[in-house]
Amino acid sequence: MRRALLAVAAVVAAAVARPGVAAAQRPDVLRVGAAGPYTNVTAAVAAAHPHDTVVVEPGVYREETVVIDRPLTLLGREGAVLDGEGRRGLVVVAADSVSVLGLTLRDTGITFVDDRAALRVERVRFCHIEGNRIENAFFGIYLANAGDCVVRNNVLIAHGDRESRAGNGIHLWYSARVTIEDNRVEGHRDGIYFEFVEDSRVRGNRSQDNLRYGLHFMFSDGCSYLRNSFRRNGAGVAVMYTRGVVMEGNDFDDNRGGAAFGLLLKEITDSRIAGNRFHRNSVGIHAEGANRLEVVENDFVANGWAVQVLANSEESSFRRNNFVGNSFDVSTNSRRTYSTFEDNYWDRYRGYDRDRDGTGDVPFRPVRLFSLVVEQNEPALVLQRSFLVTLLDLAESVLPMLTPDNLVDARPALNPIATPWRPS
Amino acid sequence: MTDARALRDLGPRPVWVRVHGVSKSYGDLAVLRDVDVCFRPGRITAVLGPNGAGKTTLLKMILGLVRPDEGTVTLGQARVNGDAAYRRDIGYMPQLPRFPDNLTGHELASMLDDLRGFEGRPDDSLVESFGIVTEMSKPFRALSGGNQQKLNAALALRYRATVLVLDEPTAGLDPVAARVLKDRVRTERDAGRTVLLTSHDLGQLQSLADDVVFLLDGVVRFEGEVSELLAATGQAELEGAIAALILEGGDERSGPARSSGCGEEVA
Amino acid sequence: MSTTRKVFRYQTRNVVRSRALIGYALFFLATTLGLVRLGGGVERVLPSLANVVLLAVPLVSLLVATIFLYDGRPFTELLLSQPVGRRSLFAGLYLGLTLPLIGAFLLGVGLPLASSGATQEVPGQAVLLLLSGTLLTAVFTAIGFVVAFTLGDAARGLGAALLLWLVLTVVYDGVVLIASHAFAAYPLERPMLVAMVLNPVDLARVLILIAVDASALLGYTGAVFQDFFGKGWGLVGAAVSLTAWIALPYAWALRRFTRMDF
Repeated sequence: MRRALLAVAAVVAAAVARPGVAAAQRPDVLRVGAAGPYTNVTAAVAAAHPHDTVVVEPGVYREETVVIDRPLTLLGREGAVLDGEGRRGLVVVAADSVSVLGLTLRDTGITFVDDRAALRVERVRFCHIEGNRIENAFFGIYLANAGDCVVRNNVLIAHGDRESRAGNGIHLWYSARVTIEDNRVEGHRDGIYFEFVEDSRVRGNRSQDNLRYGLHFMFSDGCSYLRNSFRRNGAGVAVMYTRGVVMEGNDFDDNRGGAAFGLLLKEITDSRIAGNRFHRNSVGIHAEGANRLEVVENDFVANGWAVQVLANSEESSFRRNNFVGNSFDVSTNSRRTYSTFEDNYWDRYRGYDRDRDGTGDVPFRPVRLFSLVVEQNEPALVLQRSFLVTLLDLAESVLPMLTPDNLVDARPALNPIATPWRPS
Repeated sequence: MTDARALRDLGPRPVWVRVHGVSKSYGDLAVLRDVDVCFRPGRITAVLGPNGAGKTTLLKMILGLVRPDEGTVTLGQARVNGDAAYRRDIGYMPQLPRFPDNLTGHELASMLDDLRGFEGRPDDSLVESFGIVTEMSKPFRALSGGNQQKLNAALALRYRATVLVLDEPTAGLDPVAARVLKDRVRTERDAGRTVLLTSHDLGQLQSLADDVVFLLDGVVRFEGEVSELLAATGQAELEGAIAALILEGGDERSGPARSSGCGEEVA
Repeated sequence: MSTTRKVFRYQTRNVVRSRALIGYALFFLATTLGLVRLGGGVERVLPSLANVVLLAVPLVSLLVATIFLYDGRPFTELLLSQPVGRRSLFAGLYLGLTLPLIGAFLLGVGLPLASSGATQEVPGQAVLLLLSGTLLTAVFTAIGFVVAFTLGDAARGLGAALLLWLVLTVVYDGVVLIASHAFAAYPLERPMLVAMVLNPVDLARVLILIAVDASALLGYTGAVFQDFFGKGWGLVGAAVSLTAWIALPYAWALRRFTRMDF
C-alpha cells in the first residue's frame, strides 16, 4: 500500500515537473534487449511499477526463472525467446492481473521432483496468457489455485516419447472461471488437464498427438468445452467424476488403439453431449456409471464402436444422433439397459416407413449379435463383414435371443439428421 | 496374291497321315487298342463305327487334342504332339459349331487367320457357294443352325490345308448345302488333299468316301476301299456291309493287307 | 506371347459383348448408384458396397468362367487344332475372360464412386475396395478354370463351382468361428490370421476391413493384430497372399490344360 502511494506520488511529482511527457511515463514501458536498458527480464520486472509493461526485444534470454510478483504486462516481441536450457521453468506468475503475451518459452527439461512448467500461475487471479509459444516444455502452462484467467491462442509443442517423461500442456488444478481458448497443444502427456476446476470454458482448442489424453477432465463441475478438436491422442478424451459438463461441437478424431476412446465418460452425471463429431475412433463414447446424460445430435462416423454403454449407466438418452459406417453401433455388457435410444439415424437400418413420417415403422436394434461374439472372443473380430456374420446378425435381429431386449430405437430416422456440427 | 495362286496351281504337297500302334485308355476303359491306320492323300477316308467305338478319339489324336498312351501319329514328316506347327496342315471342322456367340463370321475368320499367322489370301469360295456372304457380318448367335454349320465348314476349308478333318460335316445342312459341301470335298480330294471324315449317314458316305476305316470297340476291324468292303462282305450297300461286320464279331482285322502301311511309294 | 495377345483380343471382344458381362457391369452400376443416392456419405456407401462385392464378385467370376469354358469347349478344341501352343492359348483365354470382368467391376463400382466424390474423399479406402474386387475376380476366374478343366461334365462343374462358392463365403467362416470358440482358451490371433490367408474371400475381406474397420481392429488389444493392422503389414500381406491365390489355381489349371485330353 505504501509502495502504491509512493508510486502515485512519483507520478504526480513527475507530471508537475515535466508536463507533456508525464502521461506517457506512468504506466511505463521497460525494454529488455541486448541494447538495454535492461539486458534481462528479471531486472526489468524488478524495476517495474505495477501495470507497467516490460517489452522483451528479440533475442534469446538465459536467466533464472522470471518471477512476476507485481501486476504488469510481459510482452515479447516476435523472436523473444526465454530459454530454460533444460534446467528450469521460465516464468512464474505470482501476482494478480499479470499478462504474459507473445513470448517463446522453451526447454524446461524434465524433472521428477516437481511439476516443472514453462509458465506457472499460482494463487492469483485475473491473469492473461496469450499468443505465447511454448516448445519442449515438461509442463506447458500450469495454473494452480488460479481464478478469472484467460489462456488464449498459445501454441504448445513438445515431443514427449513416453508418458512418464512428459508433462501436461495446459494444466489446471483447483481453479475457477478460467477460459482456455484457441490454443494448440501437441506432444504432451495430456493436452489439457482439469482437476478440481469450476465454471470454466475450454473453447476452440486443438489438442492432438498427445501421449495420453487430449483432454483429461476430473472433478470439475459446471465446466463446458466447445468446438475443440481432439485428434490422434493416445487415449482420446477422458471426462470423469463430474456433474454438469457441457460438451458441444467438438471433434473427436482418429483416437485409435487398444485403450483409446473418442470420449471416455466415467461417473458423469447430468451432462450434455451435443453436436459433436466422433470420427474414426476405436470407441466413440465409452460410458461407465454415466447417469442422466443427454446425448443429442452427434455424428458417429466410421468408429470401431460408436457407443459403449455399460449397464451401470442409467437414464441417459441418445436422441437424434447419426450412426454411419461404424463397425459396431452400440455395445453393452448386459441384457438390460437403462438408457434410451430414440429418433437416431442408423445406416444399418433396413426398415420401411409406410406412413411417410420420416421414422421407420419397425424398431431398430443397434446391438449386433456379432458384438457379443467379439466381446467373448476378440480374435473373431477378423470375421467382421463376412457373409456368415451378416446372416447371424440378421437372424438375431429377427428373433432376438442374446442381445439386450429393451435396447431398441423404436423410432429410427430414415434419413440422416442435420446435426449442428460444422467443420471449422 | 499371285504367289498364293501360283502355289495353289502347283497343288498341295501330299501328306500321309499315319497312325501307328496307338492305344489309349481312360482309366480302365480302353478306347483304342493298337490301332494302325493310314490316311492317304487324294483319298476321302471315312472313319466309321458305332458310338463309343473310338472314332472321335482317333480324330482328336490326329488334331493333337488327345495324346496316345502308346504309339505314334504322324502327318507327313511331322510327329503329332511335337511342335504345334504341323497343325498348319490341318483344316478341322468340329461336329458342333459352338463358336463364341458375340463374334461375327468375319471376326471368327480373322481370329483364325491371326492365330495361324495366315498371310496369303484365304479361300472364301465356300462362303459364296453357301450364299452366307451377308451372314458373315452378323454375330454368331444370330445365325440359324444351318448357317452356323455352313460357317463351320467354310472356316475348315479356308486355309487350303492339306489334311481335312471333318467331323459329321453334313449334319444340320440342308440338302442343297450338303451337296455343295460334298462337291467341294471331292474337289479337294481331286486336288490331292487327304480327307478324313465321320458321318452317321452311311448312304451319303457311300457316294463320297473312297476308303473306309471301321472301328469296333477300339479296334480297327476293316481298313480298305469301299468297294473292297462291299466285296468282302458280299453286300451292295455300305449299311449292310457295316451290319455284317458288326454281326461277324471277333477281333480280327480284315481288308487287303498293305506292304508298308501307307505305301508312300504310290506317290 | 503373340498368340496370347491374339486370343485375348478376340476373347475379350466376345466377352465384352456378352449379356452376362453387360448385366454384371450394370448390376454394380445400379447397386453403387443406389447406395450413393441412399445418402449417409462415403462412410455408409463403402461398407455396404463391400458386402455386395464380397458376395457377388466371387460368385459371378466363378460362374461366368465355368459357363464360358463349358459352353465354349468345342471352340477351345478348334483353337487347339490350330498351330498354336497350349500354354499361350491358355493365357489368352484366361486374360480374355478375367480382364473384361475386372473392367466391368471397376466401371460399375468405380464410376459412381468417383462421381460421388468418394474416390477424392477417402481415396485409400476406395482404392482398397477396388483392389480387393479386382484381385478377387482374378482368383475366382482362375478357380473357375480349374473346375472347368478338371470336371468334364458341365452340370457337375457348375454344381462344384456353386458348392465351392458356398464353402468359401459361408461355411469356411462358420468353421473358423466354431473352432475359435472351441479353442478360446488358447492364443488365437495368429491361427485366425492364418485361417484368413487360406481363404481368398477372407483375404479380400481383410483388405476391406483394413479400409473400413481399422478403428475397431486397432481397438482390439492383442499385439499381433496391432502389428498386423496397425503397421501396414496387414495390407501388404493380404494383397500379396491374394495375388498368390491367383497364381495357385492359375498354375493348377494351366497344368491340367497343357496335359489333358480334350
